[in-house]
Amino acid sequence: MTSLRKALFYRIDGVVLLLNVMLVTVGIMAVFSVEHHTTDLSIFMMNKNYMKQAMWFGYSLLFGFVILLTDSKFFSSFAFLIYTIALAVLVITIFAGVDVKGSRSWLGVGSFRFQPGEVAKIFTSMALAKFLSLPETNFKTLKDKMIATAIALVPAVLILLQKETGLALVYFCFFLVMYREGLPNAILVIGFSLIGLVLASLLIERKALFVALTVLAVFIGWIIRIPLRRRMAPRIILAVSFLFAVLFSQVAVPFVFKHVLQRHQIDRIYSTLGKEVPDEYDKTMVAGEDKKINSSEYNVLQSKIAIGSGGFWGKGFLNGTSTKNQFVPEQHTDFIFCAIGEQFGFIGSAVLVLLYISLILRIVFIAERQRSVFTRVYSYCVACILFFHFAVNISMTIGLMPVIGITLPFLSYGGSSLMSFSILIFILVRLDADRQALIR
Amino acid sequence: MSTGANPRQYVISIIFIGVASVILLRLFFLQNFEPKYKILANDIAIYKKVVYPPRGAVLDRKGKVLLSNTVIYDLMVTPRNIPKNLDTAQFCAALDIDKKTFINIMRRVQERNIDVRQSPFIEQMSQEQAARFQENGYLFTGFEPVERNIRAYEKPIAGILLGYIGEVSPEMLKRPRYSSYRQGDYAGLSGLEWQYEEVLRGQRGVHYLERDKFNRPRDPYKGGILDSQEVSGKQLELYLDADLQEYAEKLMANKIGSVVAIDPQTGGILTMVSSPTYDPNLLRGHDRAKNYAALYKKPTRPLFNRATQAMYPPGSTIKPFTGLVALNVGAIGPNYGYGCRGSYGACSRAIACEHKDAGHAANFRLALAHSCNSYFCHIFRMTVDYKSFASVKEGLQTWHDYYNNFSFGKATGIDIPFEKGGAVPDSNKYNSMYHFNWNSCTVVFVGMGQGELLLTPMQMANGMCIIANKGWYYTPHFVKSIGKNPNDTLLRKYHEKHVVLNIPDSTFNIVQQAMEDVVESGTAAGAKIDGVTICAKTGTAENKAIVNGEVIKMQNHSMFVAFAPRENPKIAIAVAIENAGFGATWAAPIASLLIEKYLKDSVSVKRKAMEDKMLNANLINKYVFTIDSVLRLHDAAVYQARQERKWEADSIKRAEEFALYRGWIELQLKKLKK
Repeated sequence: MTSLRKALFYRIDGVVLLLNVMLVTVGIMAVFSVEHHTTDLSIFMMNKNYMKQAMWFGYSLLFGFVILLTDSKFFSSFAFLIYTIALAVLVITIFAGVDVKGSRSWLGVGSFRFQPGEVAKIFTSMALAKFLSLPETNFKTLKDKMIATAIALVPAVLILLQKETGLALVYFCFFLVMYREGLPNAILVIGFSLIGLVLASLLIERKALFVALTVLAVFIGWIIRIPLRRRMAPRIILAVSFLFAVLFSQVAVPFVFKHVLQRHQIDRIYSTLGKEVPDEYDKTMVAGEDKKINSSEYNVLQSKIAIGSGGFWGKGFLNGTSTKNQFVPEQHTDFIFCAIGEQFGFIGSAVLVLLYISLILRIVFIAERQRSVFTRVYSYCVACILFFHFAVNISMTIGLMPVIGITLPFLSYGGSSLMSFSILIFILVRLDADRQALIR
Repeated sequence: MSTGANPRQYVISIIFIGVASVILLRLFFLQNFEPKYKILANDIAIYKKVVYPPRGAVLDRKGKVLLSNTVIYDLMVTPRNIPKNLDTAQFCAALDIDKKTFINIMRRVQERNIDVRQSPFIEQMSQEQAARFQENGYLFTGFEPVERNIRAYEKPIAGILLGYIGEVSPEMLKRPRYSSYRQGDYAGLSGLEWQYEEVLRGQRGVHYLERDKFNRPRDPYKGGILDSQEVSGKQLELYLDADLQEYAEKLMANKIGSVVAIDPQTGGILTMVSSPTYDPNLLRGHDRAKNYAALYKKPTRPLFNRATQAMYPPGSTIKPFTGLVALNVGAIGPNYGYGCRGSYGACSRAIACEHKDAGHAANFRLALAHSCNSYFCHIFRMTVDYKSFASVKEGLQTWHDYYNNFSFGKATGIDIPFEKGGAVPDSNKYNSMYHFNWNSCTVVFVGMGQGELLLTPMQMANGMCIIANKGWYYTPHFVKSIGKNPNDTLLRKYHEKHVVLNIPDSTFNIVQQAMEDVVESGTAAGAKIDGVTICAKTGTAENKAIVNGEVIKMQNHSMFVAFAPRENPKIAIAVAIENAGFGATWAAPIASLLIEKYLKDSVSVKRKAMEDKMLNANLINKYVFTIDSVLRLHDAAVYQARQERKWEADSIKRAEEFALYRGWIELQLKKLKK
């Protein structure tokens, strides 16, 4: 209990704050490198995005200072209340949102605009942490598992209604948190198997896949032949999963592709896989339109050109010909990583990836040193949100994943994004400062 | 709570690290083993811009600008960038065109080009169009006014010597001189623009710019270290006197002929007129082809440079040279006289002389002052038959060599292209003409400047320089210095002093004295200027034209050559006016006015009447048009015949090639079967 007597300043985690500041600085530099032209008269032009981003950084530090001065019990006490308010705001946004490129996820108050879906992550994390830390919660019961899932997914549904798929997907990362708190191991196995199955059914020809699945089932059956002989359950599980996999790949996937998905979604998925859209799913012929390069394929190609042309050492600061000249769309927001990849090459990209992964692992470390469940769950939430954003964003810029509108934490230009990530981090630091105390 | 570490934190950490590793691996391969992205990045982002420097200006001897550049605007369009909601009505109003024109041009542009490329919408916008367009330019994305330099002739004078520029033709591109040119580049096509192309055009610059996705050039690539800077064309300073040139062109208006004035001490050409003249501003910009065709069709042939390309019989203006050779060879002395009584009858056919009174050819001075035909025919015969020569052939050859040294019979080598050399007959020529059966009587006419002797006005003026300088000349040329440097290598050959054989000064003095008498008391009395000693010679050249197979004797050419002042000469001049009559009537006054204008800067009041007469005279004969149409018919027939021969040759060649090709194919097929 000695540490509680120390001043607050000595109890906050410097590593996290340092990494935070470093990433934001890199971000401002990246936005600057994208926008700056030698013809510009001055560096300090308030109408430029990098200056706005710097301004937002200032605000976020101010806000963070306020958070550090707040009592840590405040966050747990008001968690549900704030969560409820956040849900209400999300509902309002569905109806009163500003239409931006087809989605209604932005709320305008005067000239000020922000994205409630971006900020709601914080409150959802707090609510989830609060719920799991309640003494009456027993996460082993199915009921409490359902409640926790609902807390995580209700905002996702509301955001999906705002037609902002990318943001909604973020909320699925809370499953990883719940896994830490006691969801069965099977959830991981099932999750990864499903991902594998989806990829396989897209990549492998249908009949060949059927043969492969059969071979796989026989192979697994042979490996676990002893429990199979003794008990009924494994037999049923094996048979059901084989049947499911066959039905999924032979019937469900073709059905979804033929009748559910839109043309641009199919294009996006196949362009990520680096394959031509198969004729049976090709809807261009039906519509009688001429085949054009779709915009997401163009985005990814330009993004890959920018990153790929960086080489090992990069082209040097302010020498990024692709990013500076706006070939990559959305390059100061979702595709800001291109600026790093092009100008600083593999070295710069690797350093950035290492910065992120150290921040995330540091947060996991912080989570595990907590006495209170609230802080631990909240820390895992922060780590998982950061991880999801980081992994999906960079993967989509290098063509590992389909393009979904997700920002790169701290780097992407945008007040909502920067503010919400800073708040996440500062609350984490504030809670961690009281790690010896029990927060309920 | 929990005791010991929860193993699931490691599972989660491993997932995090695993995904990050996959990302790093993908980045590693993307950035190090896929060079195509580097090439693609350069392709899309680097834009090579060729910068054309302004062409050099041309100045006259007083520094007045004759030829420089001006900026015009071409309106370029990139069809793809035109927004769908373009306000066509407003656009048409801004450019003052109607909607139909707009649609027509757009259709043409789209047929010709891919719609991502910039192509001209309106070439050379008018000042108003450009101004109005730029007011509203921001409304019309996809359209962009592009600056272009074109040549600007400050005054509508001297077109024939300045020349013009135009796009290089595919034939020109094959020549080594144009190896660095590309299709669409401009180059000088005639006159000084052609001759000094290398100096005037400067050096093209290549700039590598980064461009953005809208194809707009932005920052220099790599800070511009790969760029090469353009170098402006150098300016040419001429000897030409713009005022004199303008005055000469005015005097020559409505006359066919030419004026050449040279500064004898430098060889610098002060004035060169080929009349009728044309406004050089017609031959620039995108109307050039149209205007060129119109000028080409004119019967008076304004594009034909009469000063260097028209070959006239010099008539009596050659007499000083006939005398010069006769005196130098020793055939006559200055006091030699001939008793002319109005005709020369020593040869089979009598040659008429203007004068009948006794003693008009009592000595060389008198004979030249009165331009006695008999006298000069006779001394020419005496020259070629002179006792020191083995035969008339050797005599004629010596005479021919003298003339060659005066630069007669060969191009003088001035610095504009396509100069003609005139014709000075030699014994070979007469051998083939008369089958070796000729004597001095047969060729007697060349002594009075008729017959087979033909000179250009440039050569006549240069001849005056030789007499004025007493035996030497510099090759006539226009350019005094290039970019203020008078010793440019291109000008080296014009600094070479040509000395004409070894004719002593005393002989020149005799000829000069006689030529002074021509003005003082002889045929060109009207050319006299107060306070200036002019040495001159009139000429009235008989000439013929062949029309429909008939030889028609036409009105005489009016010729005049002169230099002034006699001591320390400043100007040598030759004037030729076609089919105008006596040399003393037209050519002499014009030359005299020009000399006065040049030496005294203005024409005295008492000669105003003469000046007006010269300015207003119209001496273009009607039959010029007839002759021209006949000549054109003839030319067209010759062209047609040549084309048909060419087509025939082409078709034979094609047939041969086809046969060879068939043979080759069959050979290949045979090989395949094996």
